[in-house]
Amino acid sequence: MVKQLTVFLENSPGRLARLTRSLGDAGVNMRALMVADTAEFGVVRIICDRPEDAKSALEESGFSVSVTDVIAVAVPDRPGGLADILEVLGSEGMNVEYAYCFVEPGGEAAVDVFRVERVADAMRVLEEAGIRVLRADEV
Amino acid sequence: MFQPEYESMDRVRLEAVQLERLNGLLAHVYENVPTYRRKFDEAGVAPQVGSLEEFASFPFTVKDDLRAAYPYGMFAVPMRDIVRLHSSSGTTGQVTVVGYTAGDLDIWADLMARTIAAAGGTSDDIVQNAYGYGLFTGGLGVHYGAERLGCATIPISGGNTKRQVQVMKDFGTTILACTPSYALLIAETARDMGVDPVALSLKAGIFGAEPWSENTRVEIERQFGISAIDIYGLSEVLGPGVAAECQCKCGLHVNEDHFIIEIVDTETLQPVPDGERGEVVFTTLTKQGIPVVRYRTRDISRIVPGRCECGRTFRRLERVTGRSDDMLIIRGVNVFPSQIEQVLLGIPGVAPYYQVVLSRRGSMDHVEVHVEVGPEVSFDEIKTLERLRARVSAEIASALAVNIAVRLVEPKSIQRSEGKAKRVLDLRGEGSE
Repeated sequence: MVKQLTVFLENSPGRLARLTRSLGDAGVNMRALMVADTAEFGVVRIICDRPEDAKSALEESGFSVSVTDVIAVAVPDRPGGLADILEVLGSEGMNVEYAYCFVEPGGEAAVDVFRVERVADAMRVLEEAGIRVLRADEV
Repeated sequence: MFQPEYESMDRVRLEAVQLERLNGLLAHVYENVPTYRRKFDEAGVAPQVGSLEEFASFPFTVKDDLRAAYPYGMFAVPMRDIVRLHSSSGTTGQVTVVGYTAGDLDIWADLMARTIAAAGGTSDDIVQNAYGYGLFTGGLGVHYGAERLGCATIPISGGNTKRQVQVMKDFGTTILACTPSYALLIAETARDMGVDPVALSLKAGIFGAEPWSENTRVEIERQFGISAIDIYGLSEVLGPGVAAECQCKCGLHVNEDHFIIEIVDTETLQPVPDGERGEVVFTTLTKQGIPVVRYRTRDISRIVPGRCECGRTFRRLERVTGRSDDMLIIRGVNVFPSQIEQVLLGIPGVAPYYQVVLSRRGSMDHVEVHVEVGPEVSFDEIKTLERLRARVSAEIASALAVNIAVRLVEPKSIQRSEGKAKRVLDLRGEGSE
């Protein structure tokens, strides 16, 4: 299970730059960044190496940050790799609220991050199906 | 003039009529309305005056008196004599209810007929009444005035703008009654439909319920090819029909045989001479249902001195362009920012920091409430935010009877203030002339 940061941003020029600069100034290294947009605001989701420090740095810069538990899994590098994983969740009636993928530095494995309602149950189901769930320090 | 015997009455006679009616009113409210009996006793005044000047020592009535009496506490007749009820918009604590006897409705129809006649209307005219019908006084007020004058009255109410245009074209409407911003929207919609507003049979318009500028009047007259007059009223005093412009368009003639108008200094509350600005105060002389004595409207204006060329002897109230409280008028509906605050405080997830931003989109008022996302909201999922926004929007619409766009903004992004928060940002530019 991984701690993801979520920042609520108004949809106007410069906000995202300011956010990422705050993180950079705090020495935080981002693993993944995803921006989901609506007409008026954006929801920025970040996976990084030091979520607690990152949260403090952002709050000091005036951003509002919340922390969400998400699940990160190692995705086999073959066609259908991700589908296999998502089918396990779907068959247990677990809904994926959102998901995004990134490739580990070194390019060896892909990581899929997703958000489900019942994190502990989802993790158990995945582990029982033999899917490798990553710890925070493995991401 | 619809009633020249009154509208051009010699002023000495008019003041005698006012004095007689005023004494009738004072006795009526002293006898029947506990609030007035208490107010007069506390002020040490007896319900009789020997001259209009003596009236300046009488106590005022304010909106809170009416609110505290919700619903019928200020009515001066038993309910069996009330045949119509109207109310202002708002949540409990803000709503005021007004009641009319058959006699009141009869007078109202006459006063409104005077207004339509002042716009140039006669019994040959076809009036399209696009003021909202319902609890608001605008729709039915204009309606019965138009019928009283003998006009063919189209009770179309507001909304469905394409249909407004179609009706205007097919029915041969000659007089339009609606809010000035709606008039501009109708003109725009007509052009979009390939209908030239100037080529329609319209000759005149009766516009009010919100402040509008000379520039807007020029625009409306140009876009429709009509003569447009401003009308003024408020439900606490009557509804539309309290005052209206004539073709001279240099002030709104107040129906002084039915209302005493005073302009009082906003600090001292003493009456000021004609020509000086102050708060507009009305006393109803002939209403039986819910009369008001020295009702402070919170509107700021002045009497236009001198005689009008039209021949009416009723004094003119200058167009109202400002208020002494924070009430907004949005598309003809009265809204207090505190009502919005009340709604927001009742919704978990929303911080009590908001700002109402008013702007113009084309000819219509656009209102947005900027609401800060509260710190305890988990805003990770967009659906949570969307639902929050939808809830705020729905609750505001339900409480205020007007639709306002809601925009969620970053926590702490709305300016904090030490003193009175600047809750309203009015970018419209026209309201503040």
